[in-house]
Amino acid sequence: MARCIIIGGGHAGAQACISLRKEGWTDEIVLISDEHSLPYHRPPLSKNYLLGQVDEKGLLIRPEQAYQKDNITLKLRTRVARIEPALQSVVLQNGERLSYEHLLLCTGSRARKITCSGNDLNNIFYIKTLKDIEQLAAQLSTDKQRIVMVGGGYIGLETAAVLNKMGHQITLLEQAPRLLARVTAPFISEFYQQLHQQQGVDIHTNTQVLAFTGEQTVTGVRCKTLTQLDAPEQYFNADLVIVGIGAEINTELAEQAGLLVEQNGIVVNELCQTTDKNIYAAGDCTIGIEHHSGIATRIESVPNALAQAKTAAATICGKHQAVTSVPWFWSDQYNCKIQIAGLNHGYDNTVLRQHSSSSFSLWYLKQGRIIAADCINMAKDFMAAKKIIDQKISLPIELIGNTNIDLIKQLSGRSQAI
Amino acid sequence: MPDITFIDFSGNETTIDVPAGTSLMQAAMENMIDGIEAECGGSGSCATCHCYLTDDWQGKVSEPNSSEADMLEMVSEPTELSRLSCQVLVSDEHHGLQVRLPESQY
Repeated sequence: MARCIIIGGGHAGAQACISLRKEGWTDEIVLISDEHSLPYHRPPLSKNYLLGQVDEKGLLIRPEQAYQKDNITLKLRTRVARIEPALQSVVLQNGERLSYEHLLLCTGSRARKITCSGNDLNNIFYIKTLKDIEQLAAQLSTDKQRIVMVGGGYIGLETAAVLNKMGHQITLLEQAPRLLARVTAPFISEFYQQLHQQQGVDIHTNTQVLAFTGEQTVTGVRCKTLTQLDAPEQYFNADLVIVGIGAEINTELAEQAGLLVEQNGIVVNELCQTTDKNIYAAGDCTIGIEHHSGIATRIESVPNALAQAKTAAATICGKHQAVTSVPWFWSDQYNCKIQIAGLNHGYDNTVLRQHSSSSFSLWYLKQGRIIAADCINMAKDFMAAKKIIDQKISLPIELIGNTNIDLIKQLSGRSQAI
Repeated sequence: MPDITFIDFSGNETTIDVPAGTSLMQAAMENMIDGIEAECGGSGSCATCHCYLTDDWQGKVSEPNSSEADMLEMVSEPTELSRLSCQVLVSDEHHGLQVRLPESQY
């Protein structure tokens, strides 16, 4: 019997199991994951799970019976030592060798570790896996704690919002001049900075961590301000530190197997094929040409992991179903939901569509064409943006900025014409 | 526990006991009901857990909030009975609720 092996039990790996069966793969499927748990939803980890509003069972993407029903062999708590492409086999760390007809890499990423001195002290945490959150949750008390959050990206901000809501005192440090600098326009950064400050978070941008202090357990963070050369060092007391400074991609297995890896991603085409004809890849670990922008990029998001897993499964089953969905992202902080459609890489203009001070969308244009939109508490604009980008609909800037005009109604006429 | 019946696009019915406080989406996923994608895992961000309530249940289930209503405008084949199943929490009064699933979530 032929065998399809999936390495990695995140969103992409779990979706691949479902999609392979849907696309008609009737032979063996083996899912290998180094985690203890069945595949689970990661986004709620820093939110509902940390708040105790959902338990481990509620996090699962599918219950265990679903894997049994689909006849998936689960190998949890299992690491792959290496891939042998010429032999079409995978060697596990316990020495077991498994041959494959098709191999799908969904190895994802890991939290980037901070390298400064004191980084190995107790009570320094990362936000990536269920285990990370369990370790953090075990050190949270009901009393107010001083928590220093390193990193002002979406993960850092979401976690800060939840811990703030739990009553802790949060100091947030960001090396860049503004929050979310890598992913949004200054207007959105400013909005989030104010939102967090209004909730009592102490934010320091342009601030670099020099060292963590403490004997065995962290007690403080030494920092320097990047804007002033002669500025005195800053020191923040800390009962806990959480580091959210980005991800490192798990490409080691792919590199060792001789697959093409560029810009820290496993190179795939629109069918999720790698440079080995029997090996495919999906999710955060991949880099490919994004369909709508034509840009070679990694897309770290759940929707992309799902879309690529579906495509990879179809390709394995001999079908041609390229990834063409518009990339999208979301983040929940306090009562604010941001939904992002498209990629804003290389934008040269922005247009604001402001419904109220807490409900608006910022549209990114490149050479007059809409390429992305950040929609805050404005699901309607998000849905419209997704459609506009997907169907390459062109809309006059004045129309986007005019909130008296219902964009969705505009689209029904225009999409016919294109 | 309230009984909830999911009816897939071909008309096949599955009735399950759902603990009060569970969302329809969560109940469907835990009971391996096909036809719901739930990409965002229930945070009300993706509109891929679209379902339809039946006529006789209109008004007996909480109304969609504005964000849900906005997203429902753009799902495939929306009707006035459309809901995002992650936003409907089951309570004891919902015993016998019927939920129809669309042909596609995209």
